[in-house]
Amino acid sequence: MTVRRLADNQDINFKFDNHDLKFLNSLLENYPKDKKQSAVVPSLFYAQRKAGGWLPEKAILAVSDFLDMPKIRVLEIATFYSMFNLQPSGDHFVQVCGTTPCWLRGAENIKKACKDYIGQEREVSKDGLCWIEVECLGACVNAPMIQINDDYYEDLDYESTVKILKDIKNKKNIIKGSQIGRKSSEPLERD
Amino acid sequence: MLDSKDRIFDNLYGFEPWNLDNAKLRGDWDNTKDILLKGREKITEEVISSGLRGRGGAGFSTGVKWTFMPKEPTGKTHYLVVNADESEPGTCKDREILRNEPHKLLEGCVIACAAMGAQVCYIYIRGEFINERYILESALKEAYDDGLVGKNACGSGLDIEIFIHHGAGAYICGEETALLESLEGKKGMPRLKPPFPAAAGLYGCPTTVNNVESIAVVPTILRRGSSWFSGIGRENNTGTKIFCISGHVNTPCNIEEEMGIPLKDLIEKHAGGVIGGWDNLLAVIPGGSSVPMIPKEICDEVLMDFDSLQAVKSGLGTAAVIVMDKSTDLIKAISRISYFYKHESCGQCTPCREGTGWLWEMMEKMARGEAKKEDIDTLLSLTKRIEGHTICALGDAAAWPIQGLIRHFRHHIEDRIDQYQKESNQNYG
Repeated sequence: MTVRRLADNQDINFKFDNHDLKFLNSLLENYPKDKKQSAVVPSLFYAQRKAGGWLPEKAILAVSDFLDMPKIRVLEIATFYSMFNLQPSGDHFVQVCGTTPCWLRGAENIKKACKDYIGQEREVSKDGLCWIEVECLGACVNAPMIQINDDYYEDLDYESTVKILKDIKNKKNIIKGSQIGRKSSEPLERD
Repeated sequence: MLDSKDRIFDNLYGFEPWNLDNAKLRGDWDNTKDILLKGREKITEEVISSGLRGRGGAGFSTGVKWTFMPKEPTGKTHYLVVNADESEPGTCKDREILRNEPHKLLEGCVIACAAMGAQVCYIYIRGEFINERYILESALKEAYDDGLVGKNACGSGLDIEIFIHHGAGAYICGEETALLESLEGKKGMPRLKPPFPAAAGLYGCPTTVNNVESIAVVPTILRRGSSWFSGIGRENNTGTKIFCISGHVNTPCNIEEEMGIPLKDLIEKHAGGVIGGWDNLLAVIPGGSSVPMIPKEICDEVLMDFDSLQAVKSGLGTAAVIVMDKSTDLIKAISRISYFYKHESCGQCTPCREGTGWLWEMMEKMARGEAKKEDIDTLLSLTKRIEGHTICALGDAAAWPIQGLIRHFRHHIEDRIDQYQKESNQNYG
């Protein structure tokens, strides 16, 4: 278990507009009519995107209002699931997998690349980058790997990680997935 | 070795598009109506006699599991829940099915629903697999538009609905009852069993939870016949399996192979061999981070299936092979796994919530050598106090990797302790 608390600075406005409510209502169609609570994780996930990648308390309250759930039940969910960021996490949120299969193939170098080019773990840089070490992201045969926002970047080393981070800073296009040009998880010799 | 004509997942790497038209060219959704019209008993019988054992780790017969569902309507909705919350370290096979072969999974869902009398199926996909989820959602829309899913699915007269739900980063939700709690919009904390999900599962209704791979192979089994599937592999360990080979190999990859393939063949033929050659091998974790490691002497001979690995006090688990060569600091490698379990414990049972943290702290000390040799026995005894004393298997999963390390590499830990003492004597002596 990890201790997870809401951010100290909650100075942000948050309200669902009609467009949001339309999407959230479409989520409810996936569940029986009297089981609205089932939509809590997808709803919080949507709220997190709207708030710019993290969950301020007002977003949690908005979800609790929308689903008619007691505030504490939604807070429990927001603090239990690790993909909900309770602190601001920048525009480019870099998650470095550090679990054993990635560790065996050099995840420490990837962490070093992030430290060198972004800064301390969890701190948002002035370019809007932020990195943390996370547990297994499920791309173990493409190790080591990172996830930046929605996308996986795989088969990394120190240099290719630095290149990706630099390209983000310089707003260049980056190739998603494997950085050694292999398709999915096919067997491919590294140069 | 598996003949290429016996391969189920022709598009495992996504060389071809995943979409419905291409999936149909690969044989998916081919006359699914006839399969559905065989009826519950026939489909289930066929899956039981194929010998298919659950691909999520436990290895229980998939067909037999289906028979636990009520035979007659109960007035409640009956559910199939597909566990796509793949997060066991080392495992990344379901991801390939979700993004490259989604129609195999969806067709399997329809057939499995028919086989257990379920009307609704949820696919619970892990939150991080965002792009994979988008692909699966698009594939599902194609299947609905084509009349393959929904009212009168495939023209069979059966109404089968499929919904996709996602998590938000909690390993524990891969445990079937935690997954159901999460799907109900609660914290993913495992439930006490009984009642088993087949009696009271999702929303208190009869439910069966199956792994992605178990469901995705079902259509092919029914098309090619149970004897074809049971003719592959070894007795009681039949069929094909996707192996994920990671760690210190030349070409890490996912590969579909026959059950019971020798571990050495698997690594040498498909993963380009161990880095530095077979003799540079130190140990292998053969079934995902939860199972005990095996040293090279066992790896030389062992076969990759449920019973063979159980016989050497390990397990097939999810068939995620983590290879460690002689450069590996084994104690650190296991300590990192201990951290994983500490991080992922849901906190419900005291032995696990507190114990996983203690295990990690002790493992870190062992990795530094900052311990006494008696502490190794204390550590072992601690694992025994967690194992079997928790609601779900996460406690066991945290204990086993350490037990495996001590069983086979106790001398490594002792050497580390000696080295640490020698160094501190030099510094302070």
